[in-house]
Amino acid sequence: MKLHEYQAKEQFRAVGLATPTGVVVTEAADAAKAYIQLEGDLAVVKAQIHAGGRGKAGGVKLVRSADEAQQVAESLLGKPLVTIQNAPDGTIVNQLLVEEGLPIEKEYYAAVVLDRQVETPVLMASAEGGMDIEEVAATNPDAILREPIDPTRGLSAFRARRLAFGLGVPKQLVRPFASTLMQLARVFLNTDASLVEVNPLVTTTDGRVVCLDGKLSLDDNALYRHKDLVALRDESEEDPTELRARKNGLSYVKLDGNIGCLVNGAGLAMATMDIIKHHGGEPANFLDVGGSASTEQVTTAFSIILEDPNVKGILVNIFGGIMRCDVVAQGVVDATKALGLEDPLVVRLHGTNMKEGKAILEQSGLKIVPADNMTDAAQKIVELTS
Amino acid sequence: MSILVDKNTRVLTQGITGEYGKMHTLACRAYGTNVVAGVTPGKGGTDVEGIPVFDTVDGAVAETGANTTMIFVPAAFAADAVEEALDAGIELVVCITEGIPALDEVRMKHLVNAAGARMVGPNCPGVISPGEQCKVGIMPGDIHMAGSIGVVSRSGTLTYEAVWQLTELGLGQSTCIGIGGDPVIGTTHTDALALFQEDPQTEAIVMIGEIGGTAEEEAAQFVKEHVTKPVVGFVAGATAPPGKRMGHAGAIIAGGKGTAAEKKEAMRAAGIVVAESPADMGSAMQQALRTVGA
Repeated sequence: MKLHEYQAKEQFRAVGLATPTGVVVTEAADAAKAYIQLEGDLAVVKAQIHAGGRGKAGGVKLVRSADEAQQVAESLLGKPLVTIQNAPDGTIVNQLLVEEGLPIEKEYYAAVVLDRQVETPVLMASAEGGMDIEEVAATNPDAILREPIDPTRGLSAFRARRLAFGLGVPKQLVRPFASTLMQLARVFLNTDASLVEVNPLVTTTDGRVVCLDGKLSLDDNALYRHKDLVALRDESEEDPTELRARKNGLSYVKLDGNIGCLVNGAGLAMATMDIIKHHGGEPANFLDVGGSASTEQVTTAFSIILEDPNVKGILVNIFGGIMRCDVVAQGVVDATKALGLEDPLVVRLHGTNMKEGKAILEQSGLKIVPADNMTDAAQKIVELTS
Repeated sequence: MSILVDKNTRVLTQGITGEYGKMHTLACRAYGTNVVAGVTPGKGGTDVEGIPVFDTVDGAVAETGANTTMIFVPAAFAADAVEEALDAGIELVVCITEGIPALDEVRMKHLVNAAGARMVGPNCPGVISPGEQCKVGIMPGDIHMAGSIGVVSRSGTLTYEAVWQLTELGLGQSTCIGIGGDPVIGTTHTDALALFQEDPQTEAIVMIGEIGGTAEEEAAQFVKEHVTKPVVGFVAGATAPPGKRMGHAGAIIAGGKGTAAEKKEAMRAAGIVVAESPADMGSAMQQALRTVGA
């Protein structure tokens, strides 16, 4: 789950991190008031959407008067902002963060992620703030420094200092800089984050270390112990179909093809997409119905797949270990009837009560094409949809 | 011979009185596994179809000599269950539970390493050694066949698919391990390959990966340097878009890294026979065995 910048900064401030003073507004007139309230010559108006790349897309603007703040706000609010991450449709901007401008001395980059290789969270930092970290990683990997974070105790002070010295932070700022890094690690652990990112993290000419930006993504598996953070979820940012799938316990990702897939298990679901492509088709989605899908869940899964107007046929691939094939078959038949499905449907069932499952499909009187294995299934659905 | 589990494995189930835990524990026993105990705090003194239930893991171990645990407790309690098992001296933890917070998994892994124990999973189907009639997990036993192929995979049902293909071709299995689809797991591909390489019964290995992380690349490097047995590979997710999590918490292409193409390339460079279609995992093994004249 992703949070907005202003929400991330609330979490930052909760552990003592410095952020610019700011006001969240939803009306252009309030942006002008916010500018006056901030009492500086310079302010920044920032579109609050989840997608990254806002700056380059024109979603972050400097303003020098209340009028300008209002104009910029009017140009952003209620309109889609298309960035490199949410193209081609973009995301409608509903909220703006108006912040004080700061006298920036230097920009750095800092992030906390789970490093799968060392199996612990790590703090990554670079002196090339403001740049896309993936670009830095590709062109100048040595510029990125890393230190492991103890999952219980946090980032050790000496590691934080080592990072600060390594980045060439001026001596008089090493202490506040290191403590900023330790606090970012604390945010990651406290919120069960999957990503904490500050780009840029700045030092100012008046000797402060401030999180100019803030990104915070949470581990979905840990949300049960963060009810306060779950309340911050912005569902308008989510794909409506993916949202509906999630609420029904299904894992769904929309793709660009025309063959819908309904599979049990994430690995097999990916493999099913792959084999469709291997035989010349294009999968329309990833959909894992889970290990113990009920008849209702299969029906919901079908309706979710069919929400995509590109879908011209569906491939069901079930390898029943826990799942009984007769239950799945009944679900497929019920869903087909309930939804009046007319597109081609190829079903491959394997496992417990396979024969009973196939019999249910055959006796249904529906045009369901049975398949014996994955190759057979993929070839049949590709042929029927081309 | 086999790896991890065999006739001498004495299994206890943590979370045996839940619907899921009970069903699978009984299926394991029916397969031939020596299930000696179950643990559910507060249900000690009762039994599940003759399997004695204890309040604590150390109580169960003291009474029954269990050396392996199969964990079905809900995700919120899984880290605690692992710690309890390790504290009681359990050597092998098979954690079936899915949806465990990543930071809990980091802590679990550190505890397992500190105890000198081994963990399979979490979020996995478990381990089965068909020749030893020992199944510690949720996989359907009847698709397996005793033999000499080792199988290691991040997936559940895709592993069943691979095993079924092998069995259809008359290629039995020594041990099949589902290592789990999460970012931090106990036994890795590389760990499993090392065990299979040492196991005299295992003659060849199927390794199934998926997008996300670099575990497959590391395993391929290990194959290149240490594995003398034929290895067949498949990587799921060639059609997955970047930046999207594909069901498994660990299955995500991040920053352009972790793609199926990279992993397959690393496998090929290590001499692994890569199946291009998931339907060809069994036949790729046939081909690999023919090449070495086995």
